[in-house]
Amino acid sequence: MEPQLIKGNEAVVKAALLAGCRAYYGYPITPASEIVEMAALYLPEVGGVFVQAESEVAAINMLYGGASAGVRAMTASSGPGISLMQEGFSYLAGAELPCVIVDMMRGGPGLGSIGPEQGDYFQIVKGGGHGCYRNLVLAPASVQELVDLTMLAFELADRYRNPVVVLADASVGQMMEPVSFPEPRPVPAAPAWAVTGTAATRHNLVNSIHLEPDVLEGHIRALEAKYREAERSEPRWEAWRVDDADIVLVGYGIVGRVLRAVVETARRRGIRAGLLRPITLYPFPTRAIRALADTARAFAVVEMSTGQLVEDVRLALEGSRPVETYGRVGGNIPTVEEVFQLVERTLVGARVPSEVSTNG
Amino acid sequence: MASDAPAMAVIHGRSPIFYRRFDRKDDDQHQTHYCPGCGHGIVTKLLAEAIDTLGIQDRTILVSPVGCSVFGYEYLDVGNIQVAHGRGPAVATAVKRSRPDSIVVSYQGDGDLAAIGTAEIVHAANRGEIVSVIFVNNAIYGMTGGQMAPTTLLREKTTTTPLGRDPAVHGYPLKVCELLATLDAPVFLERVALGSNKQIMATGRALRRALENQVHGLGFSLVEVLSPCPTIWGLDPAEAQTFVRETMTRTFPLGNFRDRSASAVPRRLAVTVPDLGELPRILGLGPASGADGASDTVVPASPVPTADHRIVVAGFGGQGVLLLGEFLAEAGLSAGYHVSWLPSYGPQMRSGTSNCHVRISAVPIDSPVVSRPNVLIALNEPSLRKFLLSMEPGGLVLYNADRVPVDCAGNDVRITPIASTAIADRLGSAKVGNMVMLGALLEATGMLPDGALDRALHRLVTQESWYELDRAALQAGRAAVHRMTAAPAEPSLARDPAMG
Repeated sequence: MEPQLIKGNEAVVKAALLAGCRAYYGYPITPASEIVEMAALYLPEVGGVFVQAESEVAAINMLYGGASAGVRAMTASSGPGISLMQEGFSYLAGAELPCVIVDMMRGGPGLGSIGPEQGDYFQIVKGGGHGCYRNLVLAPASVQELVDLTMLAFELADRYRNPVVVLADASVGQMMEPVSFPEPRPVPAAPAWAVTGTAATRHNLVNSIHLEPDVLEGHIRALEAKYREAERSEPRWEAWRVDDADIVLVGYGIVGRVLRAVVETARRRGIRAGLLRPITLYPFPTRAIRALADTARAFAVVEMSTGQLVEDVRLALEGSRPVETYGRVGGNIPTVEEVFQLVERTLVGARVPSEVSTNG
Repeated sequence: MASDAPAMAVIHGRSPIFYRRFDRKDDDQHQTHYCPGCGHGIVTKLLAEAIDTLGIQDRTILVSPVGCSVFGYEYLDVGNIQVAHGRGPAVATAVKRSRPDSIVVSYQGDGDLAAIGTAEIVHAANRGEIVSVIFVNNAIYGMTGGQMAPTTLLREKTTTTPLGRDPAVHGYPLKVCELLATLDAPVFLERVALGSNKQIMATGRALRRALENQVHGLGFSLVEVLSPCPTIWGLDPAEAQTFVRETMTRTFPLGNFRDRSASAVPRRLAVTVPDLGELPRILGLGPASGADGASDTVVPASPVPTADHRIVVAGFGGQGVLLLGEFLAEAGLSAGYHVSWLPSYGPQMRSGTSNCHVRISAVPIDSPVVSRPNVLIALNEPSLRKFLLSMEPGGLVLYNADRVPVDCAGNDVRITPIASTAIADRLGSAKVGNMVMLGALLEATGMLPDGALDRALHRLVTQESWYELDRAALQAGRAAVHRMTAAPAEPSLARDPAMG
């Protein structure tokens, strides 16, 4: 459809509805509140269900209910609300329920601030709930990508019977950019395993308790196999000007776009810089990053946290290349200028021949 | 009641609602995991009979809790969802809302419903969810081995009240029916007990009523069942039943607390579902139209290939800072450019200052964050001072005043004073000061072709009266720039001649 200028938090709801989402349960929180407001406006209009829950704890459990009933369902929140939902993430993954959760990350810890941050990486990507489970995690960098990845999230959720998190820093939710929305997709029929209150589904059970050690181990192994499959099939990333790059910048979300500008600046000054922007944070584009160690001399990770993403980059590189790191927090977004200084510092540290920096 | 025999009730026959074999360990498939004399077995059987009587087996969805009844799904041949501790009412809410023809039963114990799940039960009741809740109250935590429940009686000893429940330390037994009866929405609230055959029969009737109400679409029903837990209480089954009948009922009086089964109006949750093809219209994804009902004006898309406008708009909250930016982004999009709009938000708005970053570019935009602006629209002096130093050399500043502070000049940046608030005031509303500035910017830079603003005006201005005023403000802004160009050395003398 014709591009229209739209705010991320509004676009994400429209994308969900175009993807066949017909249930939303949520609790307001800045800077994600426009999402619950848009959902309240549109869900009834499309014949769907909207409930303003009494808490994020209730919201995530309503999500559990909607998903159990075979409906494409979603909730959204931000840092503190997502923390409250962590119990539910574990149950959703344990019971293998497909659903979508949007996290418009704000500053923490505690009440922190309502400015953009990326401090929820650990609690979402590494799993903030109990037990051996993973969320599939998608990290949009623009409003268009927020729309595209939200629609993909519903497909992945169904394919893997697993919660999928759209993890965006709040700036992506708050900003307006042109978006071309795709045509609406048909609402899928309830999956065969769902509990819908019909004769056909009467013997179905949604459950996460398995007291027998061997039974629970078998269940966890089955989940694990699913995650291995996702690790093979689903990693997504954007690689830009990395083929001849001496230094590869790594960052996701809004930071990935700042880094693109940094690469431009560096290239103008004769520094061969490139960008690797993870789009899926789990499964992480481990092999893509590892492969770049064959050509790049150094890596620099930039994030709006004090060092969360960098752990996965270091794991991917297995110590093969030096990794510099730079983070801004508290609602600040790294600027092109300050990241460029990091690039210069990293090159000195990696002893890249000086002729590259005298070209500029 | 005292005349009732203390023996456990025997209800003959096996309900077809039960699975023939339970999904348990080999030797246990013919029996439940409940202890001898436990009330759960009786309640489960009464529930099965009610489901059978009402002919709703296929439609029923049992929401099983955490607690002794966690394995409810192993016994009842209905749709089953096992849920987290206390969250049954939230899950039940969502299931019922999306599957209105189902009969949703949330089966919960006292720890589940009255402690960890207090918020969920109160709010499900208060919303009047069309679900049936069975609340088994045995005044103790059974599955975890005998800790205090919210409903533990005063002076009752538990593993966490080893000296007995002391109200000064542990509070009082929570009375759920009385609590929920303060709400407007519930249709049926009743406390029953398993202390005698007669009480058990009454429990069966109450459960049937709770389900029947849902079949009729009548709204929230809850049955609280006072139930024996002989194992944890350290009593034999007969003694435990006596304890329910003679002791528990003194704290928790039996009776009906709400019955609007006859008067409540049935509600039907089903909704109209529009055709899929209607979605773009419903979601506002079609072409924009505005106050005058006209669709977008088509602007010839011939963007300047080198265009890279990095704009910061800043001022006080209420000056239309964000809207000015949105107009620019929308107009840029109309003119065929890539655009982005990134606001400051939240407390900054509330404490008085506001800004947004707008980029208008011939090539795809990397970062929407503008850290080196080449255009600054400063609607007040603090904004001028805050962003001036970050400006790119040669950049343009439009400043809302009739003169530039002396110490701000000479920064290799052109600062043009446009008294936008004053001009807007004279037009009739200070609120259109942002549009004065927008007109001035377009006039001073020519960054967007004529007509590029039409779409923005159509989309963003919904009232005819504002539409005319906005257009006048844009024009006044353009005129102000003309006067500045005519007399650049005397910015402080800039006046709108139309206004005298």
